[in-house]
Amino acid sequence: MKRGISFTQAFFTLLMRDLKIAVRHRGDIFNPLLFFIIVVTLFPLGIGSEAKILSRIAPGVIWVAALLASMLSLERLFKADFNDGSLEQMLLSPQPLQLLVLAKVLAHWLLTGLPLIIIAPLLAVLLHMEESAYPALIETLLLGTPILSLLGAIGVALTVGLRKGGVLLSLLILPLYIPVLIFATGAIEFAASSQPYDGQLAIIAALLVGSLVLAPFAIGASLRVSTN
Amino acid sequence: MWKWLHPYAEPQRAYRLAGKFIPWLSILAILMLLTGTTWGMVFSPTDYQQGDSYRIIFVHVPAASMSMSAYIGMAIAAFIGLVWQIKLADWMAASIAPIGAVITFIALVTGSTWGKPMWGTWWVWDARLTSELVLLFLYLGVISLYASFEDKVLAARAAGILSIVGVINIPIIKYSVDWWNSLHQGSIKMTGKTAMPPDMLVPLVINILGFGVMIGALSLIRFRSEILARNGMRPWVRELALAEGAK
Amino acid sequence: MTKQDSKALLSANSLTCIREERILFDELSFTINSGDIVQIEGPNGAGKTSLLRILAGLSRPYAGEVMYLDESITRCRDEYNEDLLYLGHLAGVKSELTAEENLYFNLRVSGYDQFDARDILSNVNLTGFEDALAGHLSAGQHRRTALARLWHTNSRIWILDEPFTAIDKRGVAELEQLFLQHADNGGCVIVTTHQDMGIISEERLRKIRLEYRFV
Repeated sequence: MKRGISFTQAFFTLLMRDLKIAVRHRGDIFNPLLFFIIVVTLFPLGIGSEAKILSRIAPGVIWVAALLASMLSLERLFKADFNDGSLEQMLLSPQPLQLLVLAKVLAHWLLTGLPLIIIAPLLAVLLHMEESAYPALIETLLLGTPILSLLGAIGVALTVGLRKGGVLLSLLILPLYIPVLIFATGAIEFAASSQPYDGQLAIIAALLVGSLVLAPFAIGASLRVSTN
Repeated sequence: MWKWLHPYAEPQRAYRLAGKFIPWLSILAILMLLTGTTWGMVFSPTDYQQGDSYRIIFVHVPAASMSMSAYIGMAIAAFIGLVWQIKLADWMAASIAPIGAVITFIALVTGSTWGKPMWGTWWVWDARLTSELVLLFLYLGVISLYASFEDKVLAARAAGILSIVGVINIPIIKYSVDWWNSLHQGSIKMTGKTAMPPDMLVPLVINILGFGVMIGALSLIRFRSEILARNGMRPWVRELALAEGAK
Repeated sequence: MTKQDSKALLSANSLTCIREERILFDELSFTINSGDIVQIEGPNGAGKTSLLRILAGLSRPYAGEVMYLDESITRCRDEYNEDLLYLGHLAGVKSELTAEENLYFNLRVSGYDQFDARDILSNVNLTGFEDALAGHLSAGQHRRTALARLWHTNSRIWILDEPFTAIDKRGVAELEQLFLQHADNGGCVIVTTHQDMGIISEERLRKIRLEYRFV
């Protein structure tokens, strides 16, 4: 009965578990993706199909839709674990809670964040985005969506014990998403007009590092309150 | 340092202590706000550019600056509550939130009212106004999270964590909004800092401090009722209620 | 497991629990040593589950503290968690995973790395059901999947909330046997149950009674 699990092993154990569950429950992966696509297609219908306007608003539309899709998918991040008692076991594990939380967020991002990034260029085509902006779109999404998952997980952890968490969640975390939105769309706009956008990318990267370091603590503390 | 604070961490003592401060703070706040506002509204010189409409700054600027300070104060209380596990600090944080939200709302309304004669429109996406709007969202998040929990001890802890997360984000949000504002040319900037004559500056400072003291007094009043509400089943609260009822 | 035995394994220091403005218990103190089998008794709503969750460190008491080897559990959470096995109302069993996968992941998250999950499952009569999705198992089998962990642990403090729910007579007897064995090996067991325990004798069983309080 040796307890020889290293931190890395514990991390991957939980990551694999969540991925396995998600594969057996595929709807959870596709629904946010469909939401993302539908929201983006609504804009030309609501605003008009003039290519000039669409290419002007493309970065903002794609990013706002990504923001909402990420938030909606996050709602289920801890819900199942909370309902079946796995969350309690996680809190009582001798492994650092922050590590386990990080594994869960990563699993979630792989399942919902990554598909968004893959599908985003397609939507950019629909919105006539400037060709020079494509790399910036992918880069900002790659760096930015993990931040959305990390910050969003704090809100989810705070509301997981509540019966009606959904709308409240958006009120809690959307304001926190503002900096990512501003710098990401800013970078894409710069790229569209062929200006260097490394500065914005660097800021988003810094935000990612900051949230990687700090968010797990907030998520852990929030989960302890929610399971109280 | 926390050794001496702990005795006050008892609800009953904190309740009494807060009760002693409230009258003094209230009187001080009323005096300062009366002085500052009358001075500013009546005796300060008229601005050569904006005429009399500038006088709204005697409300707007104190509200705007204190809305941020109140949030920081709330987060500090929440931090103390989280780290040293002092429930009273959580409750203090929870009592500040609605007051901060109202102050932020006042700052927003006065800001856009000031904008009307200056810019001819009620709302401009000015960096400071936008930040203030986001701050209001942050306050509302804390308040609704607190309201959503049935167990208010937990509610205060949850709201506390959120306010700490918020306070870390505020500088980032502010920076990003400033950057966004500078990026989109054509949006109007508020008047830059020009030297203010002392006849404007002194009443302004008095009002800023007055707002601070007022927030302190109001927070303590809410804090006291929070203590009573959370300790309703304690004997000392019952005795207090009986004594009040006998009067 | 070479910690001094002079210290109480687990002790409650004037615990107060308040839920939704109602005092469940006030100034509750007791000590639990190795070898103890403790049953928390009381009517529904008396706070049995709340007490167990406080003891496990999941809930924070309104006042008072829980001590593990004379140290507050909030200060030595990792050590305590390693010496603690808590099973709550909710089994912590994922219905999307098979019985074996569930046990595997649960044990891994608790830090164990070398074990034969199938072998452990045979202790709870789940041989033949290892590859069945937990969602398809009966309530009793579901519960057994969670309880299987008791056969592979070196934690001394067991806190079990209604462990016998949905378990048949034979299973209950086996569990009781396991409790006795665990207590004899220097562990302690804290349970709530509405069922009578047949094998553990009255002298062996310590009872802590919680009353329903109206105030």
